[in-house]
Amino acid sequence: MSEIIPHVTADFSGLSCPMPIIKTKKAIDGMKVGEILKMISTDPGSVSDVQAWAAKTGQELLSHEEMGGKYVFYIKKVK
Amino acid sequence: MSEEPTKRLAIIALHGSMDLAYPPFILATAAAAMDMEVAIFFTFYGLQILKKGKIDKLKVAPIANPAMPVPMPNILGMLPGMTAMATKMMNSWMKKAKVTKLSELLSLSKELGVRLIACQMTMDVMGIKKEDLIDGLEIGGAATFLEFASHNAITLTF
Repeated sequence: MSEIIPHVTADFSGLSCPMPIIKTKKAIDGMKVGEILKMISTDPGSVSDVQAWAAKTGQELLSHEEMGGKYVFYIKKVK
Repeated sequence: MSEEPTKRLAIIALHGSMDLAYPPFILATAAAAMDMEVAIFFTFYGLQILKKGKIDKLKVAPIANPAMPVPMPNILGMLPGMTAMATKMMNSWMKKAKVTKLSELLSLSKELGVRLIACQMTMDVMGIKKEDLIDGLEIGGAATFLEFASHNAITLTF
């Protein structure tokens, strides 16, 4: 898989529920369709929450991974 | 035939203690971030949450609460100062877990377009005036809430 190059990177480390998805929504709102957001969180609940958020809002979760206690998500704004 | 997803969340906030003020705001802001339309109806003790300067000073009741992380017998919980102590403990755990303050969740709710409805009847019962409450509220009754909720909303009560 080729590496994903994000247009915007947002680090929400240290924030707890529901802030990661609220800040994600705000970040996505400020982006153009087709752009990719790299979002970093330390909240273990965000693994499930970001997937649910993407399913509900219709934005595309390209990938997510855990790296040294941090959760990294790549989200494409599709609408 | 595919199921039409629910787009609305209608919450009733009935209680005025700190622990019970959190779920309405956490769920309201999360739902709004998920592009849902949200309304919270504040009634009875829940109206205390909307009093000016009150939201970050709400307390936790140690009495008749067997689920406190540090269990407290009711006979101790009824002593003067115990409510303040339980509140202080809970606040320190919340701070440690970096839980967002209620005042911040309240402003986020407004920013995300959550409708905050103060119950007129409760205001009359408890002698609360419009000036006693924070700005940016709607004042209404059961019908205001029900009209919103009647459009296929998930309804939750806290």
